[in-house]
Amino acid sequence: MKSRIFGAALLAVLLASANAFAQIKVVATTQDLESIAREVGGEKISVEALAKGYQDPHFVEAKPTFIIKLHSAELLIVVGRELEIGWLPPLINQSRNARIQPNGDRYLDASQTAKILEIPTGQITRAMGDVHPSGNPHYWLGPDNGRRIAQLIQKKLSEISPADAGYFAQRYADFDRRLADAEKRWQAAMAPYKGVKVVSYHRSWPNFTDAFGLDVIGYVEPKPGIPPSPSHTLELIQEMKRQNVKLIIMEPYFDRKTPDAIARETGAKVMVLAPSVGGVKEVTDYFKLFDYDINLVVNAIKQAGAK
Amino acid sequence: MIVNRRSIGGATACAAMAFSSWLSTSAFAQAPSAGAATPPPQQLTDPQQIRQELDRLRQEFEAIRDSYGARLAALEAKLGSASTQPAPVPALPEPTAAAAAAPVSPPAQAAAQAPGQPGQAPGVEVPSGAAGAGGPQGSLPVYGGAAASSKVFNPDMAVIGNFIGTTGENSVESAPSLEMHEAEVTFQAVVDPYARADVFLSAAPEGVEIEEGFLTLTSLPGGLLAKVGKMKEQFGKVNTMHAHTLPWVDVPLVMKNFLGGEEGLNDSGLSVSKLLLNPWFFLEATGEVYQGNSGPFQTQERNDVSWLGRLRGYRDINESTNLDIGTSFTRGHNDAGLNTTTRLFGVDATLRYRPLRRAIYRRFMARTELMWSDRGQDTGDVSAFGMYVSGDYQFARRWFGGVRFDRSARATDANLIDRGPSFVVTYWPSEFSQIRGQYRHTKYAEGVTANEALFQFLFSIGAHGAHVF
Repeated sequence: MKSRIFGAALLAVLLASANAFAQIKVVATTQDLESIAREVGGEKISVEALAKGYQDPHFVEAKPTFIIKLHSAELLIVVGRELEIGWLPPLINQSRNARIQPNGDRYLDASQTAKILEIPTGQITRAMGDVHPSGNPHYWLGPDNGRRIAQLIQKKLSEISPADAGYFAQRYADFDRRLADAEKRWQAAMAPYKGVKVVSYHRSWPNFTDAFGLDVIGYVEPKPGIPPSPSHTLELIQEMKRQNVKLIIMEPYFDRKTPDAIARETGAKVMVLAPSVGGVKEVTDYFKLFDYDINLVVNAIKQAGAK
Repeated sequence: MIVNRRSIGGATACAAMAFSSWLSTSAFAQAPSAGAATPPPQQLTDPQQIRQELDRLRQEFEAIRDSYGARLAALEAKLGSASTQPAPVPALPEPTAAAAAAPVSPPAQAAAQAPGQPGQAPGVEVPSGAAGAGGPQGSLPVYGGAAASSKVFNPDMAVIGNFIGTTGENSVESAPSLEMHEAEVTFQAVVDPYARADVFLSAAPEGVEIEEGFLTLTSLPGGLLAKVGKMKEQFGKVNTMHAHTLPWVDVPLVMKNFLGGEEGLNDSGLSVSKLLLNPWFFLEATGEVYQGNSGPFQTQERNDVSWLGRLRGYRDINESTNLDIGTSFTRGHNDAGLNTTTRLFGVDATLRYRPLRRAIYRRFMARTELMWSDRGQDTGDVSAFGMYVSGDYQFARRWFGGVRFDRSARATDANLIDRGPSFVVTYWPSEFSQIRGQYRHTKYAEGVTANEALFQFLFSIGAHGAHVF
């Protein structure tokens, strides 16, 4: 009897100590956040994303398998700005995980300190399409926001595991340094093309075009979330001809039909950029996201001879 | 409860206004009556006296009006900017001992507050005379100022309109040619760190009722999720869905014959569900208890509650395809006899296909629900079977086509069988509106055949929370 109690106590101690070395289980809504969390958390965390990078993050199905992932999550990182409003709330409700509720201490809105563009002012209505009242949620496409997200994650992870705060701080510093180097590289690659005019499909790119000096003069969608209409497409073609726009950037989850038709009319080139980590196979982390997109943009500009 | 929350915010603002007007009226009402010793009204016989009294009343009225005006101006000024300019001083009668004695305690601390000091509650200047009258000095807190920021706690509100038109002959089930079938009003918000609440009011030609109104306890231990309130019972799939989330204009015949029509099993009760974690698939068990007065159920005694159990399994076959299978059982008393019960058993299966890269253009869903109804009647038990099978395909970003086949016996007589197919086309102008047409061919057990064309306009305004998968 005594030995059994002793055995149980020993087991409990072993379990507790094993737990101390266990990784923090992080769930991120997108692969971008997953990648940044991995940069900061390293081997001290395990992280997985719900939405895939090649999926439209507005329209993800709230699959019950996600509930299981959220149920055991020790930290949930979301993009916020209502990007996931169509699918995440019911998943969180059903997660039976009090800590990752939006008011919980393990719910991290990555947009808190990010530079958010296109925050609407004045009266907004749905006649404007699918507008995001709290600003454009595609903010991770500005590299500086990657840094801000990483910093938030570093803080949160240090709160969760104070013993590893030094580790996270060191990893963040390393990420920050590599990101700064990469930004110099990206800026240098894009420097000759400042002010090049482009058209984008959805309003996914303001942080990207803002960071690298592209000028978006129009959208394939007449209004955010509203599919292309013939009259808008004609107007856009005329405007592109008038301003001599030779580039159309789009996301992999939209139909190419209209952009291709516009390209035929205007002689422009359609580029399917990666809107997220995982958007195309080669883009496996946050650095490769910009490497890939910038490489594509630079080559396309050279080819199209756009100015 | 959520609705109250809004009015609570409003009430605070109103209370502040009422309080300040009480302040002014009390100061004015008491001062003249104590100061000018006018005779009681019934003694006023002399016209001179009446004129004087009228003048006095007029003055008093003007004083009150001025004070209101001043107070309004002060409030406006305060709202416009954090100006510390004192409000115009209304012409006040001489303060008297009576007025001085008037108890004005609440704003005492507010009086001590420096006006316009940052970090403190916004204040409004108290007319200087008020201090002399024993009223407060300095500034009063403007409680209404908080109302603007408290709006963030308002629940998400939405209205979903459902307009249905019906053409063709149907002598068994009649429906109006054109009808604003329902306006669903929803209020949804987080209650506190432990719960959220969802209230759906249904305004229909028959009247307004609580379609659903429940509290969800999200922070229970042991992987439990509990709901309390009036809600759609977790019996199968269609029964749990709101009209605007269905892929058809109507509901399948088996819903009408076994579960009491469009409303279905929807009752006041408790629901507890638990995740049964395992390495292979998603498994959820749900247990519910209800009052026992909805659909086929009717209670004769208070303890004739109805019970429900559901087991649901789900598995991703690959990233685009998944399978969802459930079984449900419910039991409750019915209206057939003294102690007769109805037992319902259901099996549902849903296969979904939605390629992730093309998620906004293509999807397919096949679904079937099989239901067995065992209804106790004085003449003996009636065991009836009903089912539907349906397929829905999205063939363009805005277009969906669907087909459904129904076959269901009547719960009261297993030999009476209704059946028939439906064909549906749906167009989505945007996420927030939908236009749908349905052709329905029904062969009723009575030998009647109905050919109908239904059309529907659905629209949503406001912030309507996402639906459960």
